[in-house]
Amino acid sequence: MEKKMKPKSQFRTLVALTFKQGYARLGGAIVLGILFLAIFGPFFAPYTFDEFVDVPNAPRSDTLMLGADYFGRDVYSRFLSGGRSIIGLSFISTVLGVGLGLLIGLFAASAKKRTDGLIMRANDILLAFPQIVFVLLVVSGFGTSVFLIAVTVGFTHAPRTARIIRAAAAEVMERDFIKAAIAVGEKRQRIIISELLPNVTSPLLVEFGLRMTYSIGLVAAVSFLGLGLQPPAADWGLMINENRGSLTVQPWGVLAPIAAIALFTIGVNFITDSFAKAAIGIDRKGKE
Amino acid sequence: MMSKIRDFFNQGGLLLFALGRILAGIPIIIALTVLVFMATQALPGDAAVSYLANTATPERLAAIREQLNLDDPLWVQYFSWASDALRLDFGMTLTGETSVSAILGERIQNTLILMASSGIIAIPLSIVIGTYAAVRRGKIFDNVSSLVTLVLASLPEFVVAIFVVFLLATNIFQIFPAISFVEPGTLAWADPMSLVLPSLTLILAVTPYVSRIMRGSMIEVMESEYIQMARLKGLSERTVILRHALPNAIAPTIQVIALQLAWLAGGVVVVEAVFAYPGIGTVMIDSVKARDLPIVQAITLMIAALYVVLNILADIGTILSTPRLRTKHARKNDTSDVFAAMDGDQ
Repeated sequence: MEKKMKPKSQFRTLVALTFKQGYARLGGAIVLGILFLAIFGPFFAPYTFDEFVDVPNAPRSDTLMLGADYFGRDVYSRFLSGGRSIIGLSFISTVLGVGLGLLIGLFAASAKKRTDGLIMRANDILLAFPQIVFVLLVVSGFGTSVFLIAVTVGFTHAPRTARIIRAAAAEVMERDFIKAAIAVGEKRQRIIISELLPNVTSPLLVEFGLRMTYSIGLVAAVSFLGLGLQPPAADWGLMINENRGSLTVQPWGVLAPIAAIALFTIGVNFITDSFAKAAIGIDRKGKE
Repeated sequence: MMSKIRDFFNQGGLLLFALGRILAGIPIIIALTVLVFMATQALPGDAAVSYLANTATPERLAAIREQLNLDDPLWVQYFSWASDALRLDFGMTLTGETSVSAILGERIQNTLILMASSGIIAIPLSIVIGTYAAVRRGKIFDNVSSLVTLVLASLPEFVVAIFVVFLLATNIFQIFPAISFVEPGTLAWADPMSLVLPSLTLILAVTPYVSRIMRGSMIEVMESEYIQMARLKGLSERTVILRHALPNAIAPTIQVIALQLAWLAGGVVVVEAVFAYPGIGTVMIDSVKARDLPIVQAITLMIAALYVVLNILADIGTILSTPRLRTKHARKNDTSDVFAAMDGDQ
């Protein structure tokens, strides 16, 4: 009989082990900083995001910390206001996508072999579309809508998460305590919620971190391509697109938002990577 | 006689497996055409309405509907579209009088040139980085390359593209053009300088994934018993690594390489848009903006089909490069192991 560690205490050890690593702490600090900037930034903006403050592409000065954008608006104020949309949308699509993928994965793993095979084959078909291509296909059919983009990005995550979760859950299904639960005649719903779910939290969290970085990339790319938020909205992706033409004269309109996106994705990935390493470490110890 | 037949099938195990995988790909391709076709049905109004936009009158709408067969039942429309699509005939574009295939023709070649020039550099480079990092595990090269690949793997490809432009084209150095000037009617070879930055971006996007998998795979192989055996035999470390470890470590990496090549087909869309590179990615973005669905459908279908083909090739490649699986398939067609080895999707 294998020893069953309480999932809760194991999780706490895992988090402790994660943040023992320097990169995880650095990543955490970066993520918190960017989140603070995105959420509270608009309150510190000296101007509104759409008022004209100077000539187009005005250089940095005492009043304009990062100069003016291609239209003559304050880059610093637009930068402070432009994080909410991208981070908010990315978060929504990650929650939707990973949630849906989790449901499909757990359902497939605990289903009969035939149903499981059928679900996963259908899943494989969806994997054939690169995420950005699928999002573009939907946008060309329905037109641009911020909400639609968040949902579609989430939808493209689902089959990818489902595959990872199914693989992890299928392994758990083979363990003694699940077999015991099935033998005792526990309901499938209960097995999924109280036996399977607590035992796939590590791959689930790794997926969540990974999908969050991809969400940001996708949401920002769609805005950057001019298919997401529409002017005059302040949005990091859109700002990069708008000010790209004046990169040589006034780079701050591009550099500020792109640095924020880069730092955020790097920060999230540092945490995810450290967490994954910690989880693998615990697994190895358990097997020895 | 019987033993001859048995011999034939034993040797043909691999061939049969390959054939089986190709046959299994057919229903997937059909399912993809259904999905992509359904995108037309999602349009509010039908293709005739978007085709005519503001100039629509009932008579003109009726004429266009007849021309596009929109009055036929859905399955008739699907079959005529799908059978044309299989012959790479995607009909006319919504906005112009040209056919989709005419627009895509040389753009596809340009995109393939870009993908090839990135892949040819990225894949050997990642194998070298991954192997060297594994051999020097815990040393400075390993630590630095781990950090750099982790950072690069985090960055969205358009972010990398703009960094590259900032660094090498506009602000810091002005070595390469920030925008492609490939003239219409010529292929990207004609202006190799235009290829540099888009390729570099894609290389920086693909290398981290493949090299990290390669490193992991190599570390696992280096800890195995047969490598210790080879060392005990007194072989030089160089021979152990290059002759014994490397070939075995590459096999699990093949699936990831295939997935990364398939990813390139998607990543190329955004990267081409940044550099105004005249490939299918730029056409796709323009067509999405113009909501010219036939072009978008054609490109989507081709990219998805490429994914299926690359996966089949990867499965076959994995078996070819894994002796254990190769002999196993000579006996029976059990593929479960191979698919269990598939991982690392982006």
